[in-house]
Amino acid sequence: MDLKEINMRVQERQRDLLQIKNFNDAEIQLINEELQKDYQKLVLFESKANDKEVRLTIKNLRNKVIEQQDLVKKYLQIRYARLVNKSAPKIPVLKNALAAFFVGGTICVIGQIILNVIVLNGVPNKEATAITLMVMVFISALLTGLGIYDEIGRFGGAGSMVPITGFANSIVSPALEYKREGYVYGIGAKVFTIAGPVLLYGSLISVIIGLTFYIIK
Amino acid sequence: MFENIFNAFLIGGIICVIGQLIMDLTPFVITPAHVLVGYVTSGAVISAVGLYEPLIKFGGAGASIPLSGFGHSLAQGAIEGAKTKGLLGAIGGGFESTAVGIVAAILLGLSMATIFNPKG
Amino acid sequence: MQSKKIGKQTINYLHPVSIVSFASIVGPKEGQGPLGSSFDYILADNLDGEKSWEKTEQKMLEHSLALALAKKNYLAKDLDYFLAGDLLNQIVCSNFTARAIGTPFLGIYGACSTLVEGLVLGSILIDGGYGSRVGIASSSHHETAERQLRFPTELGVQRTMTAQWTVTGSGAYILEDNPNGADIVITQGIIGKVIDLGQANAMDMGAAMAPAAADTITQYFKDTGRKPEDFDLIITGDLGNIGRVLCQQLVLQSGYDISKNYSDCGVLIYDPAQDTHAGGSGCGCSASVLAGYLLPQIIEGKLRNIFLVGTGALLSPTSAQQGETIPCIAHGIVIQGNR
Repeated sequence: MDLKEINMRVQERQRDLLQIKNFNDAEIQLINEELQKDYQKLVLFESKANDKEVRLTIKNLRNKVIEQQDLVKKYLQIRYARLVNKSAPKIPVLKNALAAFFVGGTICVIGQIILNVIVLNGVPNKEATAITLMVMVFISALLTGLGIYDEIGRFGGAGSMVPITGFANSIVSPALEYKREGYVYGIGAKVFTIAGPVLLYGSLISVIIGLTFYIIK
Repeated sequence: MFENIFNAFLIGGIICVIGQLIMDLTPFVITPAHVLVGYVTSGAVISAVGLYEPLIKFGGAGASIPLSGFGHSLAQGAIEGAKTKGLLGAIGGGFESTAVGIVAAILLGLSMATIFNPKG
Repeated sequence: MQSKKIGKQTINYLHPVSIVSFASIVGPKEGQGPLGSSFDYILADNLDGEKSWEKTEQKMLEHSLALALAKKNYLAKDLDYFLAGDLLNQIVCSNFTARAIGTPFLGIYGACSTLVEGLVLGSILIDGGYGSRVGIASSSHHETAERQLRFPTELGVQRTMTAQWTVTGSGAYILEDNPNGADIVITQGIIGKVIDLGQANAMDMGAAMAPAAADTITQYFKDTGRKPEDFDLIITGDLGNIGRVLCQQLVLQSGYDISKNYSDCGVLIYDPAQDTHAGGSGCGCSASVLAGYLLPQIIEGKLRNIFLVGTGALLSPTSAQQGETIPCIAHGIVIQGNR
């Protein structure tokens, strides 16, 4: 009989909640308190109920109460999100984009110059590219060790993250950072904190592509 | 000679700007790991359908240095492996072509960590 | 028996609890900030001669307590209790400091609201007659917080416009029951509720914490019937530029205008030219600003009374990665001068 009462209250509230926009904060608080009361009662009934079927009905009703709680929560969240969005600082999109273009472009120019020099010395193009990447990785690792690469990153954003130097930075920086936790669990385990996902999904995509070509061949 | 340097600047810059715009203009919180994974996988897919090679031809290091170029090496290695060594090549080919870079980065990480301390 | 509680959440200390000594230590960046000259001790660099940043933070906490004790010629054994908390996992800085000083110890955690939580609880202990002298301390360190909550420090990431800079700093306070004319007295406190309005961006803590701060501030005025004008200064712990504006708007929506005398420790501690984006944050923010900047002004009589509201974001790296929204809390304390 108590259960019926709660059920009725829940139904009634469902109608009220349609007009939640017209409620003031005190009224919303009251609704929240009633929801809490119903919820506690239902948990209590559930703990006492032995019949499987009764338990199920109680649980369904409890889920309905949770839904209503979520609805109130969502309403308050959306209302606040509007306020937050209004006062959110503007992202300097143009400045960031120019910085990314400049930093990314410059890193690639350095790479190209190194590549040109190696090719001029008679190394075939494919090997020359591999050597260039190695040199770039080395430069980035050194700059990371000297504490300079994070400053470049603060300015360049994606411009310093996207080139292979960013990948090297993502491996060297956790290695440095976790040195104090030791060589096995520190450097050893943490070195892939950020680059690990690259290796995982790199393996995945490479095998998918390889198998696809193997099958259609 | 100077033309390919200019092209590298242009292509490299554009590839990086795309990442910056995705970070700034979409409502998602994008971390460095997301950026790296996104570039490698999309680079591999673009390469597999044959569109990355022309980009490298034009942009040189501007296309091979961004991580999409790393994806390109993975994809080309896997395709090459599948063609020449069959099933084993299809599975291992990607990393065969990129192993040098990865091992270099890892060992440099170790040696830099041994030499330097983080500055903060 | 006269009630020590007013309204729903406010605590009224019947016996005066005085802050008899206090000390602050900050890092180099904070030392270069606008309040730099007011702190007791500025670290040479972010390690300050220690082997790890965690050790530095722990030493900073320990030393700020030592400074506060030394100013009154006390020893740690003269304290009945020591209450402390910090941001490191399992509040190790506080635990290790307690190990070093050997005083009865309660570790507390309220994220960046920890200091005010400690002051509220310490005052309760003294007002209740359970002790006559209590030490309170709290700390945070930029690099330890970065590596625990965000990214390795050497990783090249761009900080978002809403990101706040964790303050390297600590503050320690000695509370006493001191019936005869103390300079600084804690008269009231308020214990906050956990509020979560659905913000999930760990790079925008100010917006997440503002509703909790606003709730505590309005509840205090409702409980006591006092008005914003009754205070020389209402100051939140570490909402930063963005949270400060939001908090002010939310309080205004509840019918209280605090715009004339409202500020935030996270806004005060850095100069905009220091490129911290939205300002300072962390346990050490309110802990160092209160000891370094606010309390001296109360002693000098420049401020007669302040309402300090410590704000904390109760998230963990795991909860943030699992996409949970950020529950936040704010505790308040009313501090009065005697001039």
